[in-house]
Amino acid sequence: MLIELIEIHKFFGSVHANNGITLTIEPGQILGVLGENGAGKSTLMKVLSGLICKDSGKILINHLEQELNSPSDALRLGIGMLHQDPHDFPSMTIREDLQIWDSRTGVKKSASDWQQLIAIQKDLGFHFDLNGTVGELTVGERQQLELVRLLWLGVEVLILDEPTTGISAAQQEVLFAALKKLAGQDKTIIFVSHKLEEVKELCSRAVVLRKGCLIGERQAPFNENDLVELMFGRQITRTRTSQSGTQDICMSVRNLSIEDFRIRIENVNFDLYAGEVIGLAGMEGSGQRQFLQTLAGLKQATGGRIEIDREDINGKNCFEFQKRGIFYVPSARMEEGLVPGMTLEEHYILSDCEKRMFINGKNSRMITETRIERFNIKGRAATNSEELSGGNQQRLLLSLLKDPARLLLLENPTRGLDIESANWIWSILRERCQAATSIIFSSADLDELTFYADRILVFFAGRISEPLPSSGLTEEKLGRMIGGKDWPK
Amino acid sequence: MNKNRGLIDFLFRISGIAAALLFTSLVLLVARANPLEAFANIFMGVVSTPIKIADTIVAWVPLILTTCGLVIAFTAGLMNIGIEGQIMLGAIMTTGALRLLQDSGLPPAVIILAGFLAGVAGGVIWALLVGALKFYGGVSEIFAGLGLNFIATALSLWLIFGPWKRAGVASMSGTAPFDAALWLPMFQGFRLSPWSLSLAIISIVVVFILMKFTVVGLRLKAVGKNTRAAIQMGISPSKYMLLSFILCGVFAGLTGAVQVLGVYHRLIPSISSGYGFLGLLVAMLVDYQIIWAVPVALLFAALNIGGIQLPIMMKLDSTLSGVMQSSLVFFFLIMGGVRKKLQRKEEKPSNE
Repeated sequence: MLIELIEIHKFFGSVHANNGITLTIEPGQILGVLGENGAGKSTLMKVLSGLICKDSGKILINHLEQELNSPSDALRLGIGMLHQDPHDFPSMTIREDLQIWDSRTGVKKSASDWQQLIAIQKDLGFHFDLNGTVGELTVGERQQLELVRLLWLGVEVLILDEPTTGISAAQQEVLFAALKKLAGQDKTIIFVSHKLEEVKELCSRAVVLRKGCLIGERQAPFNENDLVELMFGRQITRTRTSQSGTQDICMSVRNLSIEDFRIRIENVNFDLYAGEVIGLAGMEGSGQRQFLQTLAGLKQATGGRIEIDREDINGKNCFEFQKRGIFYVPSARMEEGLVPGMTLEEHYILSDCEKRMFINGKNSRMITETRIERFNIKGRAATNSEELSGGNQQRLLLSLLKDPARLLLLENPTRGLDIESANWIWSILRERCQAATSIIFSSADLDELTFYADRILVFFAGRISEPLPSSGLTEEKLGRMIGGKDWPK
Repeated sequence: MNKNRGLIDFLFRISGIAAALLFTSLVLLVARANPLEAFANIFMGVVSTPIKIADTIVAWVPLILTTCGLVIAFTAGLMNIGIEGQIMLGAIMTTGALRLLQDSGLPPAVIILAGFLAGVAGGVIWALLVGALKFYGGVSEIFAGLGLNFIATALSLWLIFGPWKRAGVASMSGTAPFDAALWLPMFQGFRLSPWSLSLAIISIVVVFILMKFTVVGLRLKAVGKNTRAAIQMGISPSKYMLLSFILCGVFAGLTGAVQVLGVYHRLIPSISSGYGFLGLLVAMLVDYQIIWAVPVALLFAALNIGGIQLPIMMKLDSTLSGVMQSSLVFFFLIMGGVRKKLQRKEEKPSNE
């Protein structure tokens, strides 16, 4: 099946997620789609699989223009997508799960089709007990099940979105073997990933997206440095002004291990100095969020120690962490940080830790006015938080943080903000570092990481690097590490 | 723009009421009755005599008390369906306290006060059970409340037909009435007690102040609107949710106590008379604004009392008032949803 994408545009609000992407995909090839977070690769794949609608542009399948308005449209045309999180029903048996999907596409399955299903899984080297429960499978097995299901439904074009996240090395080997076999059978495989190694091993061709544009493509064999440069671009590296850390230890982390549905992080050790800024680099979903939440007491570590003033606070609840001056600022501002339907003034009253029974209207109005002015928030005391723009919501969140604080844990603090707002937010954060507050932040922006962080921890597939001084770190080297290269064995 | 929006909001509210009236008329027409006559009868059933007006207020009191509790629960994001059971437990405990003390020779005022306290304790215990099931058992407060409602009903029936049965023969009419000295004093010639009326008014004021002027009220609101953000602000959601269960239980217990002490003067089966569920409807309608509960609960109470006229005057079943009450809520909520959808559409283009 020949797919041609012509001038695809997609906007989310003011964000141009896909900017005139034109791409031809021939059958029988494994195409790698590379790009950093927010480059638009997932959006493009969702457009192709009917999950979201393009704003303009054309999709030709075997030279015929097609409208893909839903995933079932795409399935009927033979395009199927394997999502990062399995789209299945954990409480059902595998047979039931398959039946649900097959009735959705309107094709009735008979006994011979079950034979066909068994033939497909045998061919790819998978083993399922059809009467087993989906929920008992590992992430890797659920992914295999989904792959079999899509093929069984007659899919010719297979899109895989970061398929190797959370699966074992052995399962990855089985998956890659299966994908190569399928490509040999003239199926089209589109492989979305940020792991250079995998793209190098598997793909015959790779395209790179950056800021919504398709900016280059390469044929195998690939040159890694070349791909890194395409992905992250050549940016002018600003030179750091000063080292803000001191020699006083703010927090010691010893043998910390964190476990999650997908991610397992083990044996993290580092000392955080007062006034220091540590940046967390890595692709989205490599464990940065879990790491920040564990340090904030919001998530229980499975082992190890988090020491504050020689006291281990691992295992205490988040309010105990807050009492010790550790605060977390989530990336989902409206969902986790602010209360929709409450005014700015109400937010300030709530964040005020003074114990009192009645609301002191005059006082809270005064606090609100001064904070709005100091943090340059475009809104009034009676404005509801959800009415603010993203940048102003972020300013509001930061203005709610208690002062003084020991440690601020910021998840993607400048995501979605324009340069000016981002710079302004960092100037505020830097002021707090002068007052001996330490900061740990995650970011997808290499420039931001190398510029503002004193040291950087790189996350890759559940591994965390030693703290690397950012002064000796080029963006190129950082990009390679994020992509899984140059790691000590 | 803002002024316009206020007007549009108001029009939507009115249209919800109009739609409910229209729907009820339709139901009446299907039942071959004249809608205008029916509405007139309901109206006259409320205002024709001072006794009827007083009766409406008798119904208004428990409705206000339950609504006060439910507004607190709703604010913290809790659907306290279990309020019926909490009212019943309040009534049971009040009855129990009175039975225990009626022959003790204590002054009646003390016994009545003990009855109120026992009622409050009953409501709080039943509400805390829901809370415990939610936080320690992982059971949704809706299912826990529903289950405990059934248990409360069974408990009251068992008491009426078992240990507390009337001398001679047990009956659905309840336990033996208490001595008139233990009744809440009433206005001469009416069934309305000044004490229960004041209790309702004080409750409104207390809840209004709690919600508008206290930090606790604001925290409850934050927990209800965004649990995760509340955590970041140092508010423990489980603590505040339990608090709102307790407060709701207090009001439910007071309702039960008032029904025993001021209205029935004994324990009867289903003493909550559906006021808990009706309170849920009122609380949904007033959208966290306790002040609005005053007229809305009055309207609902009036429909309840006025509806009594229908079987007498027109041979219609009195449940028609239930149809009106629920269609009011139904259309009102629908109109609210439509309004929000339209506003969102309106806002979208302005963003780009």
